[in-house]
Amino acid sequence: MPRVVVDVMPKPEILDPQGKAVHGALPRLGFQGVTDVRQGKRFELEFDGEVTEAVLAEVHQMAETLLSNPVIENYAVHVEQPVEAQA
Amino acid sequence: MKVGIVTFPGSLDDVDAQRAVRFGGNEAVALWHGDHDLGGVDAVVLPGGFSYGDYLRCGAISRFSPVMAEVIDAAGRGMPVLGICNGFQILCESHLLPGALIRNDHRKFACRDQRLRIENARTPWTSSYDEGAEITVVLKNGEGGFVADAETLDRLEGEGQVVARYLGGNPNGSLRDIAGISNAAGNVVGLMPHPEHAVEELTGAGTQGLGFFTSLAVTAFA
Repeated sequence: MPRVVVDVMPKPEILDPQGKAVHGALPRLGFQGVTDVRQGKRFELEFDGEVTEAVLAEVHQMAETLLSNPVIENYAVHVEQPVEAQA
Repeated sequence: MKVGIVTFPGSLDDVDAQRAVRFGGNEAVALWHGDHDLGGVDAVVLPGGFSYGDYLRCGAISRFSPVMAEVIDAAGRGMPVLGICNGFQILCESHLLPGALIRNDHRKFACRDQRLRIENARTPWTSSYDEGAEITVVLKNGEGGFVADAETLDRLEGEGQVVARYLGGNPNGSLRDIAGISNAAGNVVGLMPHPEHAVEELTGAGTQGLGFFTSLAVTAFA
């Protein structure tokens, strides 16, 4: 079954307190070298049939109206092909 | 005047808002998020709380509830609408107000008595106050940081759409210390602090929040 993924991220200029908190926690756990963390959301949308251009256009509409708030967030849409089960 | 107070699943301050509306000399009408009409009210309050559990983003689900279609329509025709805290978030998500509310910059829930300056006393919700009046009401929020791009902020300041500003320290990282704004027409006001918790001496931070609820009458008889 094809899956459409919508990734939503806070815009670069918008403060991301959650990302900051995660960034602050990493060195305390001994993880070094991370210079910044931004936290976003990932939506996985499952569809029955083929993911046509029309379906994708609708996903963009979903992303703009509900999944993201364009005032503070950017989004990106991509299609994930199902991985064939290993024999 | 009849003032509708909307209860969403997860609203907390709807009953306090009803009480404040009555204290302000108006009739409080309970509205439900699933309502398809506003029951003939003259104004609407969207109360504080955690509507729909703050799922997705604060106010993002409420914005698409049936009653909000009516509120958005009525606001466009000039009906006074006040959104407090979660109500402010809903108004921003509805695009009735510009900007957005994000998590407090210090990442902690803020709960305190908060001094404010009333910057615009020409809205139907603030006309009881003198412009520049300093009041103390309750503030309690986790996602109260008001953000908008610089151009929007300049427009809000230039057009007098900043209704209230924080005094004595910014409690949540709101840009330019903005605690409340209005739309261009002035009838829709969003406010992060809670005037409805400051309407009687018995509890809360005094009575200086009452003006938000007496202003409707002042406006009506002006």
